[in-house]
Amino acid sequence: MPSSDGPILDAVGLQRSFGSLRVLRGLDVRVGAGEALVIVGPNGAGKTTLLRLLAGLARPSAGEVRVLGKRVEPSAPDARRPIGFVSHQSMLYDDLTVRENVVLAARLYGAPDPGDAARRALEAVGLAGHGEERPPRLSRGLLQRASIARALVHEPHLLLLDEPFTGLDAPAAERLRALLGERLSTGLALVLVTHHLDEAWELASRVAVLAAGRWALDEPRAGDLVQFLHRYHALANA
Amino acid sequence: MREAIRLALVVAAKDIRAELRSKTALLSATVFGALVLVIFNFARDPTALSSTDLAPSALWVTFAFAAMIAMNRAFTVEREHGAFDGLLLAPVPRGALFAGKLLANLAFVAVVEAVALPLFVLFFNLDLSRALGGIVGTAILATIGFVAVGTVFGAMAVRTRFAELLLPVLLLPFMVPPLVGAVQVTSRLLADRPLSEMLGWLRMLAAYDVVFVTVAALVFSYVVDE
Repeated sequence: MPSSDGPILDAVGLQRSFGSLRVLRGLDVRVGAGEALVIVGPNGAGKTTLLRLLAGLARPSAGEVRVLGKRVEPSAPDARRPIGFVSHQSMLYDDLTVRENVVLAARLYGAPDPGDAARRALEAVGLAGHGEERPPRLSRGLLQRASIARALVHEPHLLLLDEPFTGLDAPAAERLRALLGERLSTGLALVLVTHHLDEAWELASRVAVLAAGRWALDEPRAGDLVQFLHRYHALANA
Repeated sequence: MREAIRLALVVAAKDIRAELRSKTALLSATVFGALVLVIFNFARDPTALSSTDLAPSALWVTFAFAAMIAMNRAFTVEREHGAFDGLLLAPVPRGALFAGKLLANLAFVAVVEAVALPLFVLFFNLDLSRALGGIVGTAILATIGFVAVGTVFGAMAVRTRFAELLLPVLLLPFMVPPLVGAVQVTSRLLADRPLSEMLGWLRMLAAYDVVFVTVAALVFSYVVDE
């Protein structure tokens, strides 16, 4: 990971509307190297929309997203290169094997040796033995791991995760936490959206609550989870 | 530029590899094409209508609808599991993405046409020894334009719930000019008419290709980005 003086992710004044519905109402998001921002919020708070804006998959109605200083927008493909994204959907092709899917991602991101990059990514998520299987044959948990391998294959500087623990059994969830912790220690910046804060609590450097398109809370992780959950429920129900 | 070409080839190779595995687009389009030709053949009264009069229309109706089935399927795979988001997320210029999808769609439609053409010759009992080169050239000229338009509309439809319905509805009006041109050229080729009688239509087909490939490449980015 190259060192960077500024934040890896710097989003300012993000707004997003769908017709008259204002989903995001002016959010700032800054995440530095080695930092993990964990976002929680009730359904419809705008968490997934926020991740799609940060990934460059949707344009903000106002505001801008910068990753490593480059503005993320459709006409700037290089600005998307440092981003990895795990969404609700696997983004995998059913007619390609898991390995082929990950190799494809490595090729799209210009990895010098796509085959080797895919092998390392699959090993990192514990899928080395499932590379020749096709996604429809995988369980929900294995599919999620393949999706994570796809997102990690180009060794992104910023990793955006939408409910990454969904479908993972306890050992797989622990393995993912260890993997993310290891990448954080080497300078990865992480934004993780979850409904299950207990699974991501130990990873978090900061915890933020998104409610009705605004930050209701954004602070360094402190204290224990139970205390935070009391405050979160009060904020989410406010 | 070299990087954009590389990425376009990666996208096209992915589509072709996936299709060679499933064969769903090619198989359904080819079976459809064969069925249409069979129906045209048996519905025709040979005493009232000669095969050379009906053949150009039959050929191009078959090509057009079979191509639409192939293109529809090509974008359906992108919709499953949000795979198209994976392409949009990657550092691939939208122009390269369009070129890759266009190349793959052209390959699919070319295969469908290559299978349908011998069936057409068989069912309509035509001697194409003199016209074959011209028909293949016309097919190439006519196909490029409407596949470019279909690639854009396919990318637009992939984000909707009614993609399978939307693509034909959007694409059919844009297919009319190249289909009319292709039918006119094909009928003259089958009647062994001189090239001068076809030049106007061939120019129209070439102009359609230039205009619509350019426009399609320019608007693709606006179509795929939210």
